[in-house]
Amino acid sequence: MNLATAQAGTLDLSSRARIVLRAEDVWKSYDDGAIEVLKGVDFEVAEGQTVALCGPSGCGKSTLLHLFGGLDEPDRGHVTVNGIEVNRKRNLLRLLRHEVGFVFQLHNLIPDLTLAENCLIPTVAAGIDRETAQARLRQLGESTGLSHRLGQRIQKLSGGERQRTALCRALMNKPKILLADEPTGSLDERSSRAVFALLLEIVAAEGVTLVMATHDRGLAARCDRLLEMHNGRIYEPASA
Amino acid sequence: MIFFKLIVTNLRRHRIRSCISMAGIAFSVAAMLTVVTILQGAIGMFSGILSSDSEIVVFERNVSDLFFSSVPAAAAEQIAGWPMVSHADPVLFGIVSSAGHPIVTCFGVTVADARIRKATWTAGDRLDFALHADDVVLGERAAQFLGARLDDHVPIGHGVFHVIGILRTANGFEDGGVFMPLSSAQSFFHKEGASSVITVKLNGKDDAASFKAMVQARFPNLIALEDAEFTRSYSQFRILKATAWAVGVCGLLMGGLGVANTMIMSVFTRIREIAILRVCGFSNVQIATMIFGESAVVSLLGAVFGLLTGTGLLFALKLVPALHGYVDVTLQPVVMLIVIVLALLTGAAGALYPAAYAMRVRAVEALRFE
Repeated sequence: MNLATAQAGTLDLSSRARIVLRAEDVWKSYDDGAIEVLKGVDFEVAEGQTVALCGPSGCGKSTLLHLFGGLDEPDRGHVTVNGIEVNRKRNLLRLLRHEVGFVFQLHNLIPDLTLAENCLIPTVAAGIDRETAQARLRQLGESTGLSHRLGQRIQKLSGGERQRTALCRALMNKPKILLADEPTGSLDERSSRAVFALLLEIVAAEGVTLVMATHDRGLAARCDRLLEMHNGRIYEPASA
Repeated sequence: MIFFKLIVTNLRRHRIRSCISMAGIAFSVAAMLTVVTILQGAIGMFSGILSSDSEIVVFERNVSDLFFSSVPAAAAEQIAGWPMVSHADPVLFGIVSSAGHPIVTCFGVTVADARIRKATWTAGDRLDFALHADDVVLGERAAQFLGARLDDHVPIGHGVFHVIGILRTANGFEDGGVFMPLSSAQSFFHKEGASSVITVKLNGKDDAASFKAMVQARFPNLIALEDAEFTRSYSQFRILKATAWAVGVCGLLMGGLGVANTMIMSVFTRIREIAILRVCGFSNVQIATMIFGESAVVSLLGAVFGLLTGTGLLFALKLVPALHGYVDVTLQPVVMLIVIVLALLTGAAGALYPAAYAMRVRAVEALRFE
């Protein structure tokens, strides 16, 4: 493993961009501390960056994404999103409805609903009016090339289309941060490349900050930053 | 719309399970509606006997059943003479048996009684009533089950009576009963000089209060109640009503268990989906609303099917000759409303635990296992 271990912790951001994600000395374990996943992670992401998290399975990539999205809480340390500390009791709903979007390895769409209905779920949660939601859906449908498939049921979509639908759903409420957990992990190589290219294109167009966990180093290399996770800590390779 | 579709989608996904739950609620509602309506009808018929061309009933204070009430004949005579009284009819109730029919309701009435005056005489002449001590008039259904015709002699209880008329009334109790001259009934039931009740028609409705006060003052051991008051307060009616509702509620509880089972399965089989909704920003309230919405749809559809089934059943029962006059299929809106509300409450109760469980689903745990 070629890691620049000296470059651990808080990253030196050469740009003056605003920090939108920050983890400070974050610890997380499972099974009452028997399995330690994160061991004092320090990590910052600037607005608009695309960041790839690489590392072996179980190294804590998904856990870190869950902490940023408020789906889980750290045992110790602080996680802040847009300068506000993530607190599941105080601001979880606002975070999930307006600040971050999630894309998972499995598309996690509701099979009995249509593509459009799946995409509109976050707008229902956030109470966004129908016209605004439909306009946004049309816009994202255009961006993802799914306009002609909006009325289709999920079962009739290909794997790539499903993952693009999941991307649409994640971006429906215009979050400024997209957390993607192996977004192309369940796709074949060709679809994987296509979906990832689309992902980068859309986040660039919408000015969204992307943090993506992936095993695919080829895809990771196309992000602004590539971070390695190992043994509960996070490193930025010197070559990155 | 999407929210409603989320509710319906899940029910459609498990159609058979949802249908079984709806059927549970529907059968419970139908049972409740049938039992309550039949008993309400029976109570209404019994009340109808008392309120036939009268608005006040006078009977012995503190009796548990009107069959045990004993009102002196002298009281009836005095009351009939009071200035606010249009007419006062003493009526003696009795139960007799005949071959193959252990319970035959017997009415001891005077010739002036509204029950005799207003009924449709299908055989015989009203003017012949009470000319002889052993004369009886049979309700049409009583004549059928006793196999009696005009001028027959029929054994009733320990006596044999001469049928001098057959009459038809809309009231099942009266139609299945035997009408005797009051004096004959008093002798037959060993209640000489007494009646069970006096039904009173006043000259004006405004006289009710003064009439009741007068009865209380003159006859401390008697009580006068307006018909509506009597129906509300008569303990037998209250017991019957309570029993009917209790039976119905028990049925609904069973239906509620079905809903609970459906909703529990519904939540357990889509933990991951609920987790995704959470990730999309659904709040606890929205998750719970979705679960309660599903149970409400099941309960409401079940209640509607139950009302239709129950109504159909009541109409079918009305066609059974033996039940003629006993089944009142007039569905009271308040009963229907109560039944629907109870069904919804039952469904909501059945969804309580599933909703609480769904609210506790943590997205991160549900999503960890793929």
